[in-house]
Amino acid sequence: MKALKLLAATAALAVVSTAASAATLDDVKKKGFIQCGVTTGLVGFASPDDKGVWKGFDVDFCRAMSAAIFGDPMKVKFTPTTGKTRFTALASGEIDVLARNTTWTMSRDTDLGFEFIGVNYYDGQGFMIRKSLGVKSATELNGASVCIQTGTTTELNLADYFRTNKMSFTPVVVEDAAEARQNYDKGACDVYTTDRSGLAAQRSVLSEPDAHMVLPEIISKEPLGPLVRHGDNAWGDLARWTLNVLISAEELGVTMGNADSMKTANNPEIKRMLGTEGDLGAMLGLGKDWGYNILKAVGNYSEVYERNIGTKTAVNLARGVNALWNQGGILYSAPLR
Amino acid sequence: MSKAFVRTEFHPDLPPPASERGVVGWLRHNLFSTWYNSLATLVIFYLAYLAIPPIIDWTLISAVWEANDYKECKAAGSGACWGMIDKRFNLFMYGFYKAEHFWRPNLTLIIFIVAMLPVLFDKLPGKNICAPFLILGYPAVALALIRGPIEMSSFQSPIGIAVWVALFAGSVFMGHRGAKTANAVMSGIGYTAAYFILFIVFASWGLGLEPTETDTYGGLLLTLILAGVGIAVALPLGILLALGRRASSMPIIQMLCIGFIEIIRSVPLISVLFMAQFMLPLFMPEGMKFDNVMRALVGFSLFAAAYMAEVVRGGLQAIPKGQFEAADSLGLNFYLNMRLIVLPQALKIVIPGIVSTFIGLFKDTSLVSIIGLADLLLVAKQSYTDANWLGLEHTAYVYIAVIYFCICFSMSRYSMYLERKLHTGHKR
Repeated sequence: MKALKLLAATAALAVVSTAASAATLDDVKKKGFIQCGVTTGLVGFASPDDKGVWKGFDVDFCRAMSAAIFGDPMKVKFTPTTGKTRFTALASGEIDVLARNTTWTMSRDTDLGFEFIGVNYYDGQGFMIRKSLGVKSATELNGASVCIQTGTTTELNLADYFRTNKMSFTPVVVEDAAEARQNYDKGACDVYTTDRSGLAAQRSVLSEPDAHMVLPEIISKEPLGPLVRHGDNAWGDLARWTLNVLISAEELGVTMGNADSMKTANNPEIKRMLGTEGDLGAMLGLGKDWGYNILKAVGNYSEVYERNIGTKTAVNLARGVNALWNQGGILYSAPLR
Repeated sequence: MSKAFVRTEFHPDLPPPASERGVVGWLRHNLFSTWYNSLATLVIFYLAYLAIPPIIDWTLISAVWEANDYKECKAAGSGACWGMIDKRFNLFMYGFYKAEHFWRPNLTLIIFIVAMLPVLFDKLPGKNICAPFLILGYPAVALALIRGPIEMSSFQSPIGIAVWVALFAGSVFMGHRGAKTANAVMSGIGYTAAYFILFIVFASWGLGLEPTETDTYGGLLLTLILAGVGIAVALPLGILLALGRRASSMPIIQMLCIGFIEIIRSVPLISVLFMAQFMLPLFMPEGMKFDNVMRALVGFSLFAAAYMAEVVRGGLQAIPKGQFEAADSLGLNFYLNMRLIVLPQALKIVIPGIVSTFIGLFKDTSLVSIIGLADLLLVAKQSYTDANWLGLEHTAYVYIAVIYFCICFSMSRYSMYLERKLHTGHKR
């Protein structure tokens, strides 16, 4: 027993000593690249393309950080993490930032010792059904059979939702999204439930996408955002303001294409962001043109969004709540000042 | 007077009746010999008729051989989308390995096949050179080719080099002494240590190639590395463990071996992998990077070794006691006894078990996708999470299933060939 305690203490010490090796930015600059944890593969969010280059919404966030630090979006090493390995990888210092559509929850933010730097995508659990069922609302789903992925929070959310609405359902438990789609497409279940971003992606490859619809109800809040370790606030700030630059740039109308001409724009906030006025970069330990580099590399939030998961892509997600605050959404950035 | 008919020669043999020979005879004997046999035949033929045409249709006739994304595939045909495999072929084979370095794993594999041929098939010459090369030289060459030089700080200071030279000289001397005084243990330890020092020196030189990062390994390359290293470590380590487990004259070693084997065998492989993934880094001194692939390799090799040990022990137990006693009475020591009498017989008996373990190990490599290593399975999964290739999981899975099948089936066929070849003395 004593030996076991000693062992645990040593292990804890080892974790602490890795975690406390502050100044991640210095380490990153020294090794010449960021190590970024992503999913092993999720349509639109992170997946290697035919040439083995990582592409996706979460991937672009890491590329933006790399551009801010090095002026080059390609200085990122991607570590594929699974739902089981992601937090250990971040805690042990194997990765510098985790951008893996991870839901911001209290226990992850506090107990696990991480710092969510913001939300880059507001997701929520939804339902997909056949139009021919004639169901218009999730409250009419009493007695339905539901395809659901095992071991996820969606399973718990679903049970809660049906219980609060005094309805019953038959679960058809499957292992991954592709299997869920197969089952749903073959009619093994009436309803397919998962995060709405996932529903949209899977819907586009159903045998008849137009015969299906996503119900309006969203039964859970899934704010997805990048996260870093506790213990290095400067690094967390850098990540947070990279995300804020992406959002602010959309609000201010700065894009990949017009970043050069915008440098001389009249708006002082644009000038501060692009580094022609003031020196915001120095506060983060970066060069003056960090914001400019981000925008030149990946574009603003809307460009990142439309390129990876927007309505013109296979994922086909409308902006919805992820639109800017002044366009009916809840996306909001603190001012760059 | 009637003449009696006397036959002076044998009537020539008549051919067997038409119903007993050729295709008809074979069918009658094998497929329609009894009414229930006929029924089974008809049922099976009907099932085959149901299954085979759609399979051929899916894989060949309505398959799409060239496409740029899933929409083109869907539009061009309802079958497999081999265009995706074509476009992502390098990912399937090498993962993220840099394209300009593809020749390195290729060459490693070619060297392996060429060196392996004389070992596998008796009719080819050169076995006496190839076998020792495969055991002693090849691991170093393969490591150097695939990984490149491994940087070691001790080779950069004169003191470090001096220590290595001293160690090398010491172990060679020890081996030499042991050989002279017929002390097998001493000579074994000495020469093994000398070999490992040479190995380390060679690995740090690494043929002067550019180093590659292990996290870029993926696809079939990673699967083969995991399985290859696992097999290469498991067999010798397994034999040692099996011998240790039976060494009742050395109770501590025996207990250690039993403990190791039983602990590893009583936990699932995936938990060993998680353990290697999460606990190993915690025990490492800070700054020492022990990368993902390395950790998985350690977990794999230990796991396979424990199973191999039990397979080998089965063989050892099948050797009658008389063989051990005969060897003793000839004056052979333990080492010679094992090498000349016991192991050749024991290993021959357990070839099917060994190969089964190898095949199992090869397929178990797919578990590393759970800890985020991009092996063949994960690469296949990633292919249909690319927005260009949505919904093509059938194609991806069938493709890797064929790869797995080809490799496992050839291993199993070789094991059967080996059994037939070594079947001397047990034929009945």
